[in-house]
Amino acid sequence: VLNRRCVEAAVMTGLALNCHINKKSLFDRKHYFYADMPAGYQITQQRVPIAVNGSLSYSLCIDNKMNQMVTKTVRIKQIQLEQDSGKSLHDDTRSQTLVDLNRAGVGLMELVMEPDMCCGEEAAAAVRELQLILQTLGSSQAVMAEGQLRVDANVSVHHPGEPYGVRTEVKNINSIRFLAKAVDYEIQRQIQEIGNGGTILNETRAFDSKLGCTVPMRDKEGKQDYRFMPEPNLPPLILYDAKSLPANMNHQQVINIDWIHERLPDLPSVIREKLVEQYGILPEHSFTLLNEDGLAEFFESVVKQTQMKPKKVIGWILNDLLSYLKQHSLTVKESPVTSFLLADLLNLLEKKEISSTAAKRVLAELWKGEGKTPLEAVKEHKLELLQDQKELEQICQAVIDGQENEVIMMVLR
Amino acid sequence: AALKDALRSQVSAALREGRVTPTELCQRCLALIKSTKFLNAYITVTEETALKQAEESEERYKRGQPLGILDGIPIAVKDNFNTAGIETTCASNMLKGYISPYNATVVQKLLDQGAVLLGKTNLDEFAMGSGSTDGVFGPVRNPWSYSKQYKEKSVSKSHSEDKESDWVISGGSSGGSAAAVSSFTCFAALGSDTGGSTRNPAAHCGVVGLKPTYGLISRHGLIPLVNSMDVPGILTRCVDDAAVLLGSLAGHDPKDSTTIQDDFKPFELPNLIDVSKLSIGIPKEYHAPGLSSEILALWLKAADLFKNAGAKVVEVSLPHTRYSIVCYHVLCTAEVASNMARFDGLEYGHRSDVKDSTESMYAATRREGFNDVVRGRILSGNYFLLKQNYEKYFVKAQKVRRLIANDFVKVFRSGVDILLTPTTLSDAAPYTEFIQEDNRTRSAQDDILTQAANMAGLPAINVPTALSERGLPVGLQFIGRSFQEKQLLTVAKWFEKQVQFPMIQLEEVKRHDSGVFQHQQSASFS
Repeated sequence: VLNRRCVEAAVMTGLALNCHINKKSLFDRKHYFYADMPAGYQITQQRVPIAVNGSLSYSLCIDNKMNQMVTKTVRIKQIQLEQDSGKSLHDDTRSQTLVDLNRAGVGLMELVMEPDMCCGEEAAAAVRELQLILQTLGSSQAVMAEGQLRVDANVSVHHPGEPYGVRTEVKNINSIRFLAKAVDYEIQRQIQEIGNGGTILNETRAFDSKLGCTVPMRDKEGKQDYRFMPEPNLPPLILYDAKSLPANMNHQQVINIDWIHERLPDLPSVIREKLVEQYGILPEHSFTLLNEDGLAEFFESVVKQTQMKPKKVIGWILNDLLSYLKQHSLTVKESPVTSFLLADLLNLLEKKEISSTAAKRVLAELWKGEGKTPLEAVKEHKLELLQDQKELEQICQAVIDGQENEVIMMVLR
Repeated sequence: AALKDALRSQVSAALREGRVTPTELCQRCLALIKSTKFLNAYITVTEETALKQAEESEERYKRGQPLGILDGIPIAVKDNFNTAGIETTCASNMLKGYISPYNATVVQKLLDQGAVLLGKTNLDEFAMGSGSTDGVFGPVRNPWSYSKQYKEKSVSKSHSEDKESDWVISGGSSGGSAAAVSSFTCFAALGSDTGGSTRNPAAHCGVVGLKPTYGLISRHGLIPLVNSMDVPGILTRCVDDAAVLLGSLAGHDPKDSTTIQDDFKPFELPNLIDVSKLSIGIPKEYHAPGLSSEILALWLKAADLFKNAGAKVVEVSLPHTRYSIVCYHVLCTAEVASNMARFDGLEYGHRSDVKDSTESMYAATRREGFNDVVRGRILSGNYFLLKQNYEKYFVKAQKVRRLIANDFVKVFRSGVDILLTPTTLSDAAPYTEFIQEDNRTRSAQDDILTQAANMAGLPAINVPTALSERGLPVGLQFIGRSFQEKQLLTVAKWFEKQVQFPMIQLEEVKRHDSGVFQHQQSASFS
């Protein structure tokens, strides 16, 4: 029985990636025997998938300079719905395999991209953007470490002007960082192999994250005949749009593509644009904001609660807050400094009650998470800026008197 | 009430009025099952749970709150339907000892209405066959082998020969269910029908066998043979009872995406039926090679019956009939290969002791678990599904299937309401003769008259018509329009009334029913 939520997720994702949604798609059985495939076949969409011909735009920094970003596009060949298999855990020491069937049969969305990317960095950036899109749509949490997003990389090399070379499929990639590493390693390996007069086999290789290389996978054979057959228990999937929706159709029974389209949330690229426009921050800032879960919301929340201009707030968010979180491996949600506290602190700074150096010291105090307010921390460490002109003159005079030969000019704010 | 009574008209009333109790009925059926054990109709008899269900039913009748007509009625279910907590074997070593964790939807529906489940009936292994002779629990014997009618007509080959070897097959693959109904051990039974597996044994055992329209009754929990053709089948002793069962089983099931969404309205068949406004089609291609002259004569006689009643009887043509066997063979084996892939010994069922590798364990398990017939079909099916063969065989067969289905559409569109055909080529063969040919040959021969209805998804019903010269039942088949079961059953009921098919006379049943109500002398009612 088809899971409605899966179909909706696939349509949403297809629309977000500018795909053509097939109003009629079909289900097939892909047969092969494997311990984690209890039915002896996997239900998939080989003949007519649910969405085709889309595109995904992502941004890259040129030469690692954040302020030079270029936009690239990778074409999406298709999105298909299929069943997950179980999980195999190989125990080589005991020559056995443990099979966990809990996730067998659960719905998956397979997204196939065209080979439009040229290196690990591009692949990583594209997948990162895809991850953000999926999370924004709610189609998936897309956390690679948890297997919610699984990426297989297909890599081939060729001389410019010549047709594409034989490709290998690289599996067992568990993070975006490893994706970039695996792709780059495989590219180098293939170039070396060809350089040595060898040929590339159309094989499946596994990425070994410890060694940082790819190795041939023994389990999967080269070419298998999957004996595809239409899935007889699932009728063709028919989707409707506003035009084709029959009048008397029960709303519960159908999926209306237009209805879903209207309710699509803003995609990351749109959210970034809006942040730049609304707050006057730089494009690269918007990338960093979206790259960290919850950071954009945190930023906006602080901006609301402070008089400090967003252009200045952003520095505190990206430099101070973010680096602290990274140092201590915390997520934005786990931050001991709430947006309220930070806004409070920035207000003191705005009102010139403390210096920026002092503010940094207060922040350090707040990180301790002892429940102090910024004001309390300021008072405790006597970090207030003196506003009284006379008092300041007296202090200056005392200093100058004490140091007749060396007058240090201090800038007092 | 007698065990031979019709459900709706008599037994139900008797239960409501307290003239008989569910426990009495249950006990008598269980006792009869015991004394007819030689028929080998049942694989599992669920005595304890049946009695418990009967007791619960009795409580409800006492309170005056029966769940419906089926409350307290003993029924049997073919052993390829999942039954929670009860062994489901499909008559195969692969599933010997397998206890289902859930009830098939149709089983659940019956239980929800208070039916009493007596046990699981015997079949050909995984429902592949037309004789119920190829299961691991042995063949099913046709109750008519032991009937007075057959014994009188049978010529003893020699006195020294074992009388036992004269027995005839029950037909298949739902032979156990048909034999169970025929021998009065239950009032109705579930079978399955993929190429004729309900209608064939119904004809040989002299009972009503209904194949509903594909998509009308849920297949959830029916271990699949050919997903695009399988339907749960209904076996009863009269057409009215079939209508009762249909009413309690039909309807959309969210767990089976191939069931139609439309609401199904259970119906009662009228008692006064006028067939004069009907058009009955006689497809000439069903005068198949091998059709016995007896059955041909009965078929023509039946046509005359309708003619004399004022109906329009026309000869029609279903030109692609002759391709149906081959087409069926390709599509059936392909789906079988796919459906049997799940039996690998890993999660449930038989697992071989071979441990060298996963592959070798799979291979050994499947070799040990499946019989020749099943293995043969898997190999054929996988052959047809190979990339290089897919277009030539599978896709081609799908196209031919469309042509076969269109034949029916054309005929029904031309004004014909119901088709009348024979169900089988001859009466039941003696077992020793039947096994001379292999399963595939037999199936190919026997399915010819029944499987086109499965290809087209149409409803069809076998109505017992008369006894052959050998004293064995012969039935005729009616095929109707999609989802027009009411019309189909109405015509079948009229026909049933006309032919007055004789009741089987079994020693064992006489003994059990002695001293109790005996309204009827014949299987049909007035």
